[in-house]
Amino acid sequence: MNEKRLMTGGEAMLEVLFREGVDTIFGYPGGGIMPFYNSLYDYTDRIRHILMRHEQGCVHAAQGYARTSGRVGVCVVTSGPGATNTITGLADAMLDSTPIVVISGQVPLSLLGSDAFQEVNFVGLSQVVTKWTCQIKHASEIADVMARAFYIARSGRPGPVSIDFTKNAQQELVELNYKPLNFIRGYVPSPEPDMEQIKEAARLINSAKKPMALVGQGVTLAGAEKALDEFLRKSGVPAGATMLGLSAIPSDHPQYLGMLGMHGCYAANIKNEDCDLLIALGMRFDDRVTCAVNKYALNAKVVHLEIDPAEINKIIKADAPVLGNLAETLPLLTEAIETRQHNEWMNELKEANQEEYEKVIKGALHPTEGYIKMGEVINAVSTAYGDNAVLVTDVGQQQLMATRYFRFRSPRSVVTSGGLGTMGFGLPAAIGAKLGTPERDVCLFVGDGGLQMTIQELTTILQTEVDVKIILLNNFYLGNVRQWQEMFFDHRYSFTDLIDPDFELVAKANKIGYTCVEKREDLAAAVAEMKASKGAFLLEVRVEREDNVLPMVAPGAGVGDMMLEYKK
Amino acid sequence: MVMSNNTEKKEFVITVFSENKVGLLGQITSIFTYHNVNIESLTTSESAIAGIHKFTIVVCETPERVERMVKQVEKRVDILKAFVYEPEDVVMQEIALYKVALHKNVEQLVRRYQLRILEISDDYIVIEKTGHKNETAELFEELKPYGVYQFVRSGSIAVVKSRRELLDEYLEHMNQLRERLENESSNN
Repeated sequence: MNEKRLMTGGEAMLEVLFREGVDTIFGYPGGGIMPFYNSLYDYTDRIRHILMRHEQGCVHAAQGYARTSGRVGVCVVTSGPGATNTITGLADAMLDSTPIVVISGQVPLSLLGSDAFQEVNFVGLSQVVTKWTCQIKHASEIADVMARAFYIARSGRPGPVSIDFTKNAQQELVELNYKPLNFIRGYVPSPEPDMEQIKEAARLINSAKKPMALVGQGVTLAGAEKALDEFLRKSGVPAGATMLGLSAIPSDHPQYLGMLGMHGCYAANIKNEDCDLLIALGMRFDDRVTCAVNKYALNAKVVHLEIDPAEINKIIKADAPVLGNLAETLPLLTEAIETRQHNEWMNELKEANQEEYEKVIKGALHPTEGYIKMGEVINAVSTAYGDNAVLVTDVGQQQLMATRYFRFRSPRSVVTSGGLGTMGFGLPAAIGAKLGTPERDVCLFVGDGGLQMTIQELTTILQTEVDVKIILLNNFYLGNVRQWQEMFFDHRYSFTDLIDPDFELVAKANKIGYTCVEKREDLAAAVAEMKASKGAFLLEVRVEREDNVLPMVAPGAGVGDMMLEYKK
Repeated sequence: MVMSNNTEKKEFVITVFSENKVGLLGQITSIFTYHNVNIESLTTSESAIAGIHKFTIVVCETPERVERMVKQVEKRVDILKAFVYEPEDVVMQEIALYKVALHKNVEQLVRRYQLRILEISDDYIVIEKTGHKNETAELFEELKPYGVYQFVRSGSIAVVKSRRELLDEYLEHMNQLRERLENESSNN
């Protein structure tokens, strides 16, 4: 359906967004994008604009929206600094395969390349942190470029796309002829499944004695959670999840071991050497998962189901690569394997996890004395929401603790910056996450350091009334760096000690409900108060200052050397 | 592509086919920069297929790293396909130009190497030599005593030893896919 009427490029862009089903955009106006904003004024009945307080907030919110909704997140900013402020979010979305489209204003064509006011070579700048980038020089290009932009962002292995929108293109008149795209000759979003590869993978799975499945975000991105469950039940294979793979498998799944990697569960790490087969499902063997690569999977063959050919053999050599979309390959693989049980092996793994429970988890979740521990707060919040809230985290100790101890019952329940590790991601991402799934509860865990990096977004909450529950785990430290300084830098706490603002006043200034907990006996009531509150809430919990995230694989060590305890 | 599993650096010729679009060269070279790999030579030109560009890149690297980089290159939108060759799999050529002083010994060299003379003036002569890098470098050394005013060598260009471009298979596959998608959408 294309109207035969002339419209400005700005309006044409909005029409495109509307036809692509975009209902929310996260933006910040400025000179280079003003004609678009002028048109947006007429589109507020169709497209909701969330005015963030910084362009970094815009892009992280778009990421949060994309992660919970499964749709493309859209962010609109002005040229120059508006555009450069989105770079961190683009890089973050690139590493975490998040579909977003960032539309940034640009100086008019007549000024391009002249170092004009608020001009920056954004196509050049964004190229290495995006899946695709393109400049729109004339309004006549909008339809083709945007059809490509949305197709590339959402298809195959999703990722960020940036569009540089010149001001003259926003002003020129054009007759829009929009047609969504599903083909580009120089782009293969998803390789077609190869039955030979699947047979070989099945052969290895059928003959494995001690296999382990590694669940990555690829499962979520493919919407293959049910296929995963069927595969696991038929194969009997125990499974761990990467940080981004969390919630693709329910936390109480009988074959679920826990999170993988540096601060993951004990069994998946300590028993890695015993594995004779690793079945990687939409994951990329990040170094926070493998730790020392030369000590990883020493006795295991590797089956690698992956949509992106560039991930095969990148870090860990695959004995049986299976290229394709997991929604297609996983059911084919399940079909090809024999029904198995691995009870003995499973018990061996559960025993290792039991040891972790006794030495680490029990004390972290149910301490009886001393200061409040991060783990018990996370446990209390997860429980209060029936283990069915969306978890958003910032980066640092609270992230590692929350991804360890928060429990999940349904898919798309975790929003965290896994690959780039962007502090300041949490608050804006939580705003986007809530708007992406308004019917669900969204709980953000954030530290005092990360909250201050994007704290201005509390005012976005004031203006838009987004219902985000913020749990501030405050240790008055940049806790994760402090932990490393304690463990590996001889207790030299170089610039990690924080003097914080009065968060109660900050919350009040933004008309956000607030309570602070310092004593264990007050925790449950405070969590209940937060849950019962209408609208956003900031729950500050003063936690043990020098609590460490354990267990841990030390930097440079292999997963087999994971330590359960650390003597202070 | 089958690659030996060693970590020794050696010469590889990478050919990349792309759509004829702005900015792809920058994307390709930035992937090499990201992997901290020096490009020995790079040339670009039209390929035998209309509208499709061909890059010929020579690097000296380990097979693993070359495989990793080439996959990253191929992943970029509008890059059609990339192939990796060892020098013996392709017919390679380079061209070099030498601007040298007039000297009686130069004539002997012209005869011995069967060089082409492009221009002669009162005080210099411009010589062309085609050949592999070691050959053009050898001539440079020979000319040096007589005064080389200017010297330039092109990047390597290469054609594969198979009859057609290996890209054809990919293009046929993608054309079929396009037709299938078009039929599907017209049926809906």
